[in-house]
Amino acid sequence: MIPFIVTAFVAFLFYLVLVVGSGSVLFWSWEEIIAGVIIGLVTGVIARKIFCRSENYRMLHPVRLISILIYICGPFLVELTKANLDVAYRVITGNVRPGIIRLHSGMKSDLALTMLAHSITLTPGTLSVDVDGKNHDLFIHVIHLDEGVEKKEAFEAGEIFSYMNIPAWIRRIAE
Amino acid sequence: MIADTIIFIFLIIGLLFNALGVLGLLRFPDVYTRLHASTKATTFGSIFLCLGVVVFAISQYLGTSDSQYLMVITHTIIAVFALAITNAAGSHAIARAAHRSGQKPDPVVVDKLTEAGL
Repeated sequence: MIPFIVTAFVAFLFYLVLVVGSGSVLFWSWEEIIAGVIIGLVTGVIARKIFCRSENYRMLHPVRLISILIYICGPFLVELTKANLDVAYRVITGNVRPGIIRLHSGMKSDLALTMLAHSITLTPGTLSVDVDGKNHDLFIHVIHLDEGVEKKEAFEAGEIFSYMNIPAWIRRIAE
Repeated sequence: MIADTIIFIFLIIGLLFNALGVLGLLRFPDVYTRLHASTKATTFGSIFLCLGVVVFAISQYLGTSDSQYLMVITHTIIAVFALAITNAAGSHAIARAAHRSGQKPDPVVVDKLTEAGL
């Protein structure tokens, strides 16, 4: 029952976001709200086993949801900007020294590992290539390694980010 | 008037980063470094293009208070999130597929993935 309610409510909210500005009840018209309720119920019946596959509802906690927004608008945006300026510099000068390194992610859950891999792909000159399923190590392609760094056996997750402590944020959100 | 200036600045920054992404796709030596250019630069450029759309919609909404422009804002923000997530997942899938099919990184100083033999 809980998966059905969660899925239907999320689908209803998403439909409301998509049709905002259609009428006079706050921002919506009655027709769109009724259509949203029907669509939410149908989606809840169809997709409840896919949407709530892990049977674990810790991500519904409002503090986690708000901290996702703060994370995207704050630390992640800073790292994204820095990464793009860095890649733009390398495109113009052609000064690259690439390599694939091993990274101890230190994440326990799959969701946290996915978020870390996505953050790594979108931030500083790094691209996640593969994952070691046994101990949750990530293999990262780095576009520019400094001299001598490639001797190291494995990196810690915090070392490849420059300003913000991204792994601590992800651990706070998803674990 | 000031909204027009902000929109122009956002569009210029966005087009600049998208153009750099295309340039990197042509200049870089192998598939992985090309993925760097095509994912990061185009994501950032598209975020700025979408910001231009959001600023336009906000200025129109304040001028005419037509609530249809709210829909433009929310749809653009959803498009930005979808773009960022699919870009990261897609580039990861391409990189993994390339490495599995034997396309090794060509100028390379260290390759732990081949050493690990996964």
